[in-house]
Amino acid sequence: MNDMRLLERDVDAKDIKIAARKVQVYYADTHAIKDVDVDIEDKTVTAFIGPSGCGKSTFLRCLNRMNDTIDICRVEGDIRIDGEDIYDAKVDPVQLRAKVGMVFQKPNPFPKSIYDNIAYGPRIHGLARSKADLDDIVEKSLRRGAIWDEVKDRLHAPGTGLSGGQQQRLCIARAVATEPEVLLMDEPCSALDPIATSQVEELIDELRQEFSVVIVTHSMQQAARVSQKTAFFHLGNLVEYGETGQIFTTPQDPRTESYITGRIG
Amino acid sequence: MSDMSMDSAAPRRSSKSLHEVDARTRRRNAAETRFKACGIGAIAIGLFFLVVLVVAIFRSGLPAFTQTVLDVEFALTQEQYEDAESQLFKTKAYSQAFNGALKTQLDESGVTLPFDEASIERIAGKVGGTIREYFRANEDQLGQPTSFQLAASSRVDGYMTGRVTRDGFQDSRFLTLADLDLVDALEDAGIIRTQFNWNFITGADSGVDNPGGAGIGASVVGSFFMMLVVLFLSLPIGVAASIYLEEFAPRNRFTDLIEVNISNLAAVPSIVFGILGLAVFIQFMHLPQSAPVVGGLVLTLMTLPTIIISTRASLNAVPPSIRDAALGLGASRMQSVFHHVLPLAMPGILTGTIIGLAQALGETAPLLLIGMVGFVARGYPDSFIDGFVEPNSAMPAQIYTWAARADAAFYDKAWGGIIILLMFLLTMNIIAIILRRRFERRW
Ligand SMILES: Nc1ncnc2c1ncn2[C@@H]1O[C@H](COP(=O)(O)OP(=O)(O)OP(=O)(O)O)[C@@H](O)[C@H]1O
Ligand SMILES: [Mg+2]
Repeated sequence: MNDMRLLERDVDAKDIKIAARKVQVYYADTHAIKDVDVDIEDKTVTAFIGPSGCGKSTFLRCLNRMNDTIDICRVEGDIRIDGEDIYDAKVDPVQLRAKVGMVFQKPNPFPKSIYDNIAYGPRIHGLARSKADLDDIVEKSLRRGAIWDEVKDRLHAPGTGLSGGQQQRLCIARAVATEPEVLLMDEPCSALDPIATSQVEELIDELRQEFSVVIVTHSMQQAARVSQKTAFFHLGNLVEYGETGQIFTTPQDPRTESYITGRIG
Repeated sequence: MSDMSMDSAAPRRSSKSLHEVDARTRRRNAAETRFKACGIGAIAIGLFFLVVLVVAIFRSGLPAFTQTVLDVEFALTQEQYEDAESQLFKTKAYSQAFNGALKTQLDESGVTLPFDEASIERIAGKVGGTIREYFRANEDQLGQPTSFQLAASSRVDGYMTGRVTRDGFQDSRFLTLADLDLVDALEDAGIIRTQFNWNFITGADSGVDNPGGAGIGASVVGSFFMMLVVLFLSLPIGVAASIYLEEFAPRNRFTDLIEVNISNLAAVPSIVFGILGLAVFIQFMHLPQSAPVVGGLVLTLMTLPTIIISTRASLNAVPPSIRDAALGLGASRMQSVFHHVLPLAMPGILTGTIIGLAQALGETAPLLLIGMVGFVARGYPDSFIDGFVEPNSAMPAQIYTWAARADAAFYDKAWGGIIILLMFLLTMNIIAIILRRRFERRW
């Protein structure tokens, strides 16, 4: 604990929320993530970019141990959140995932009502003391997910009856409702129209005040708009990581340059 | 991809009017029409056999639901009673008194046909015994006109329902042509008639010489208690095992082995389970023989693989993204299963369970091995607990026993039993459909 306080004093502006060292991920024999070192800062939006299949989702799923659910998946290396090793035997992944929320690449609302979708997380974590409390959380989360106006009249209609983009925003609202400290978002805007996209981006910017957000995106413009840090992945390697402005204007690695100018992909 | 590569890759389509169907499309449409015709043909054949089956079952089985009775009103005086009780052949005296009454009743209707005691015995069995029993139990009824409904013998029953005809009829010690004349006369006089046979539905098995008195009620009760055992054991065990195997167990050699064995168990012939039940439950554990609880245990063993397989299939059909969603919110594995996966899998689980139960309900061979044969079903259990442990039979075993008996009237009873069994199966299927609907409404 003492080291932690020292660390806090050292880094004056931003704390390191997640520190990953020498992370390797294997799917059976496929080496999907190779030797990735990355420090994700608190109260920052970090964007992961890279061509399809390069391992962005895989790495993201390491951060809340969702890869545990895949039998053939093996994770090696060291990932620390607030200095605590999340792959330690003492860590309960369930507790970890309450702290590190996730929005998945494909929208996956529960086949329950819109209200129950949002209320599920707060219910199982005991975040609401009363029905009114819960109603409040649901409304606040749906507003943050930029979907309140569209669903406020049909909170008890099935969440699966929404359009693809609405479902994705519902999932964002659902992830926000549990008040995670880190929010992992896997291409949250890929099914959204420009208006909803900009609403979600506003949300991400707002979340940055309290949380750290990691977002995977295929849109260079989006990465440039919302993130402060950008990581470029290629074939399982973290090729380049740095300030977003620097990555997009003066990339150090030729691979990064060809990707952002549209030559790999 | 450039336009060039597109052109070289596929042969050019000629651009023709959409109003003309080209040869290729016509061929494809023709193939589709042929396929549809085959499908309709297959369904028609299936339906035809179904109709044949249903008609056959009802034609053969309906006689079991009717019963031919002799309706005779008859008073026995105190003196006649005392006189009969003082004789050596007591029932004979009662028979004579009865025949006298019958003759009077027949004469009143204007028919004069001579008959003797032997022919009445061939038509209605030993009436004297029945009457004596009645008056000994109800002495206060002496001197009062009492109406007796006596079951006719199985051959007379067959004559009334058309199973026995006069063509090529040969006199035997069971029935003669003269008896048939008498039956006709009694029918004209309204003394013999057919009525709905409630006893078939509510009664118990009778002896081999009394098909008229045979009923399926006791074995329905036996089946009911067996199904209770099967339901309350196989549903929780099966569902728990499937949830564990599907959602929690690590995938390794050992679980693979278990999986293969469960699939194999589903294909094991039921008689194997029967002999296993005999060895384990009766000979080793000394559970009572012929008891529905043992039958239920054996059928549970048989039903478990069916339930496990269908439950696992329906758990597997729940999209993994739902589990991810729950886990991603910090739900535990168990919460994700019980809050999200299980409700979605419920319709499939229930259907599988009811199919398993329906199979168990119709299973015969293992029951015969553990002694739940038809003639054991001699009455209703005295209490709920006795229902599980008192010797009883089950519907299919009862039907099997009847079908194996010599008297042709039992054959009708067997078909009638089949109708009852099918009605239970139909009810179960309807329950399955209703439950499915109910659970599916929760999207
Ligand atoms: N469940 C899995 N089983 C086996 N291999 C997997 C699995 N998931 C991912 N992979 C492999 O890991 C590699 C990285 O996949 P990942 O999903 O992380 O890519 P991605 O960068 O998110 O791509 P996209 O931008 O298309 O979403 C791919 O080569 C993929 O084939
Ligand atoms: Mg991905």
